[in-house]
Amino acid sequence: MKEIKHVTVLENQMIAPYMYSMTLQADGIAELAKPGQFVNLYCKGEARLLPRPISICEINKEEGTINLIYAVAGKGTEEFSHIEEGETIEILGPLGNGFMIDESKRRNIVVGGGVGTPPLLELVKQLKGEVDVYLGFRSYPILVEEFERLGARVHIATEDGSVDFKGNVLELMKKENVTGDIIYSCGPKPMLKAISQWAASQNIPMQVSLEERMACGIGVCVGCVCKTRKKDEEDWQHRKVCKDGPVFWSDEVIWDE
Amino acid sequence: MNKENLDLKVEIGGVVLKNPVTVASGTFGSGREFAEFIDLNQLGAVTVKGVSSVPWKGNPSPRIAETYGGMLNSVGLQNPGVEEFIKNDIPFLREFDTKIIVNIAGKTIEEYCDVAEKLSHADIDLIELNISCPNVKEGGVAFGTDAKMAKEVTKEVKRHSKHPVIVKLSPNVTDITEIAKAVVEGGADGLSLINTLLGMAIDIHKKRPILANTVGGFSGPAIKPVALRMVYQVAKAVSLPIIGMGGISTGEDAVEFILAGATAVAVGTANFRNPRATMDVLNGIKEYMMTYGIKSLDEIRGIV
Repeated sequence: MKEIKHVTVLENQMIAPYMYSMTLQADGIAELAKPGQFVNLYCKGEARLLPRPISICEINKEEGTINLIYAVAGKGTEEFSHIEEGETIEILGPLGNGFMIDESKRRNIVVGGGVGTPPLLELVKQLKGEVDVYLGFRSYPILVEEFERLGARVHIATEDGSVDFKGNVLELMKKENVTGDIIYSCGPKPMLKAISQWAASQNIPMQVSLEERMACGIGVCVGCVCKTRKKDEEDWQHRKVCKDGPVFWSDEVIWDE
Repeated sequence: MNKENLDLKVEIGGVVLKNPVTVASGTFGSGREFAEFIDLNQLGAVTVKGVSSVPWKGNPSPRIAETYGGMLNSVGLQNPGVEEFIKNDIPFLREFDTKIIVNIAGKTIEEYCDVAEKLSHADIDLIELNISCPNVKEGGVAFGTDAKMAKEVTKEVKRHSKHPVIVKLSPNVTDITEIAKAVVEGGADGLSLINTLLGMAIDIHKKRPILANTVGGFSGPAIKPVALRMVYQVAKAVSLPIIGMGGISTGEDAVEFILAGATAVAVGTANFRNPRATMDVLNGIKEYMMTYGIKSLDEIRGIV
């Protein structure tokens, strides 16, 4: 039976303003995890009742560990940021479906925006062929060296121009005339929408990892839906980001919200 | 006395549940997801997510907001419709030794009756008539907040249903006992309460409501005192069996509801935090009975 596990926090430190990196001894989770999946982390006590869904950044199956990079976005994630090494935390996972890696595609474009960047690291680790990683941030890039270490070409845009290209990640992609066989992407919805429209104009298939407010993370509450229409469907449907996603083909997502 | 020979059986509308623990509609799907976490055979009944006569798409996102000790939802009864439900979910649930309670939703009396009629030929045990969802504009709570309409819809659904009918009451009324009495007059076989309280949360940074629907149903541990008070009042006012719910996450919580007069209890929002919450509640009830030498819950039901 699946269950919530109490696991040990091996490391939990700030890597950029409001951004933390947490490594967990997650035996039984690491072995099953795939890039693009997430875990539920639980706060202590019932005041903050609902789990926080956090994407998996790196998976180490040999050691049974996973790494999570999360932003302090509210009281729950702030509580997580104060956890010290050696303490335990409640966790459930891996949850959701990860990216659908297509090994026939040799020229991979990976696009991350801000706190949407972390799940792309494990993805890039597992991709075959060439990888161009385009990352957009407000001002503080994260994980750049980690992507470079994997042999990917990394291109960075910052909104305030503090690092490399000044502007958004799509402007950078257009400026560099990027081309490839497939795009994998995770980031804020306006970014995903803009890139998905561009990808459609270029005839490049694209997968997007979506985020939505969740209650359960296991497909029961029907809280975290997005509007989608599959190719063979006449009408659109509300699909669950946690259970049907979080990764969808971008041409199935209806971006009007 | 040991845990195995405690008498936990309860009866609602002539249907015997092997124990008093079920789930609140909409917090358990049709049980499929939870079968990976618990043995569904251990539950007195599974109460499934609300079904309507045709598929409903529900409300736009965001539909969830966490609040202190609870949460808001504005899902709006998204469901694939009663026919899909009958085809896909009943055969699955029937593999388990547990009763099936089907929550039904509608926008008009005719829609409620249509669902009840379609379910009459289906292999289920009880119908839970949802006249209390705060998240649908027409129907839903409009029936649950007016005594005359509550009685009318109960009477009509009873006429169209082959199965016993439990009516789920809204707490968003001045006097819940007035609605409870009206529903009894309409011929209900049982009552369940409470549905969610109407609530709201605002994102002060974006300066707008968190929920796309502006308001939503408030649930979780924070609402337990309100739910308990209403179960207590209704149990004093009518003699039908009551499924008590609202913020139950432990055996102690459940015992409070039974002492207040509930026949059975439903675990709701706690399922989102702890997929094993129903089992914790069931074990907690058994431990309480052992501690106080209680052989049957009839000994303590409604004694407060």
